[in-house]
Amino acid sequence: MTAQEINEILKAQFGDAVLEGKLENVPDPFVKVQPERILEIAAFVRSDERLQFDYLMCLSGVDYKGKLGVTYHLYSMVHRHKFVLKVEVPTETPNIPSVESVWKTADWHEREAFDLYGINFTGHPDLRRILLPYDWEGYPLRKDYQTPEYYNGMKVPY
Amino acid sequence: MTETTETIKTSTGRVLRTEEMVVNMGPQHPSTHGVLRLEVVLDGEIVVDVIPHMGYLHRCFEKHCEHMTNYQQVVPYVDRMDYVAAMTNEFAYVVAAEKLLKIEVPERVHYIRIIMSELQRIASHLIAIGTFGIDMGAFTPFLYYFRDREKILELFEMTCGARLLYNYIWIGGLSHDLPPGFIEKTKEFCKDFKTTLKEVNDLLNYNEIFIKRTANVGVLPKDLAINYACSGPMLRGSGVNFDLRRDDPYTMYDKFEWDVIVGKGEMGAVGDVWDRNMVRQREMWESLRIIEQAIASLPEGDVQKAIPKRIRPVPGDAYGRVEGPRGELGFYIVAEDSVTPYRIKARAPAFVNLSVINEISKGAMLADLVAIIGSIDIVLGEVDR
Repeated sequence: MTAQEINEILKAQFGDAVLEGKLENVPDPFVKVQPERILEIAAFVRSDERLQFDYLMCLSGVDYKGKLGVTYHLYSMVHRHKFVLKVEVPTETPNIPSVESVWKTADWHEREAFDLYGINFTGHPDLRRILLPYDWEGYPLRKDYQTPEYYNGMKVPY
Repeated sequence: MTETTETIKTSTGRVLRTEEMVVNMGPQHPSTHGVLRLEVVLDGEIVVDVIPHMGYLHRCFEKHCEHMTNYQQVVPYVDRMDYVAAMTNEFAYVVAAEKLLKIEVPERVHYIRIIMSELQRIASHLIAIGTFGIDMGAFTPFLYYFRDREKILELFEMTCGARLLYNYIWIGGLSHDLPPGFIEKTKEFCKDFKTTLKEVNDLLNYNEIFIKRTANVGVLPKDLAINYACSGPMLRGSGVNFDLRRDDPYTMYDKFEWDVIVGKGEMGAVGDVWDRNMVRQREMWESLRIIEQAIASLPEGDVQKAIPKRIRPVPGDAYGRVEGPRGELGFYIVAEDSVTPYRIKARAPAFVNLSVINEISKGAMLADLVAIIGSIDIVLGEVDR
């Protein structure tokens, strides 16, 4: 199924929740969707017979300076097609519903995005740091991140 | 955590109390294959819960990439992620970057990349199976396999001067063309290696003790594997006939004839530890087939012709993925109007495959947990990045 057809199915189902996207002349066609409805959309694209996106390839956090984003790379093992969903939230209130209940693999990816970007995935069963120490302060992959001078009494920049 | 306390009375009337116990496995445990710490909740010897803690090897790979002055400079960094399969890492990053930059490379470059990537797959599987054998108490296969892995490393060394971290595959090309004598040596290796494969297959995989330790252990059902986005031998071991080299072909894999190996549950249930190990073992034969075909039809050409002088992509993003030895290795690159990558995320197969460990080890014995970790074939450099 082409990106246009997938986009039309999403538009027909969710209407205004599907925002603008780029479907042509890009390496991976994508649409942006409203962050508060991502869980609903995820559950739909996974179960709908025409789409059946049962494989979440990758979930990445991105800092767009002022906004934080999450990119979902989807793949269907049944139909062998791909699609990309993107959401954006303001950095001050980075709340995005967790899709862990739809794709179990999102569990660790979301923990990683929380760890490095401070995105709060609401409804995640176990949202804690995964790569950094549990008592680390700040979110290092944010563009305005300042490396702390000390961590537990140890000098950090060396 | 649920604390269950039971009281059992012995025949003499004494009261025995049983309760769950938490045991820390790692970070310095030989069978965690690196610095992984598992918090294991045990009921006697039965595993109730496994909580992995990682990050001991976190080297801020993604943060470093944002501070490069050039896209090309990222290549040596990705080498250090999965240090036993560095060629594949470069390959994956370069596939993603070339997709973003819309670069077409000469056919010879594709062929050499495929040869290197398949040699690397064999080298990585040799470590996976060798160390897995040690976990299961078989030391000899490890020695056989390391002897032959050394020959692959020699091939790499004569090509680019490095044995483990190559910086060989560049965006748009390769750092060197193949050296004189490489083809002959590779042909010789392919011939000799088949003998070792047969020997170790008899020695390890059909050994009665080995089968008893691995069959019906850590069974990963098909739908769970897909839901957890497992990939590589982990996914194929569970009976899913899926390989990126065939199903989402990148470079020129569609030109070669080979088979996708799938676990069939010969010794027990489909998707057990034995199946995953056997998928790796049989995949090496297929890799040899690809290498032999690629060498036989290697085209001529200049391997550095398409290397861009200056890389400044159009703002946008691209996700490229390849079939690494451990599974789907993907790179997500976000570019802005600059020579520096804005964001690089690595989708590490070992990281994703490891996340299923809690599901498949519930109810197993503590000793079987060692088998399960070994069969996932994690490299902590890649898990922690």
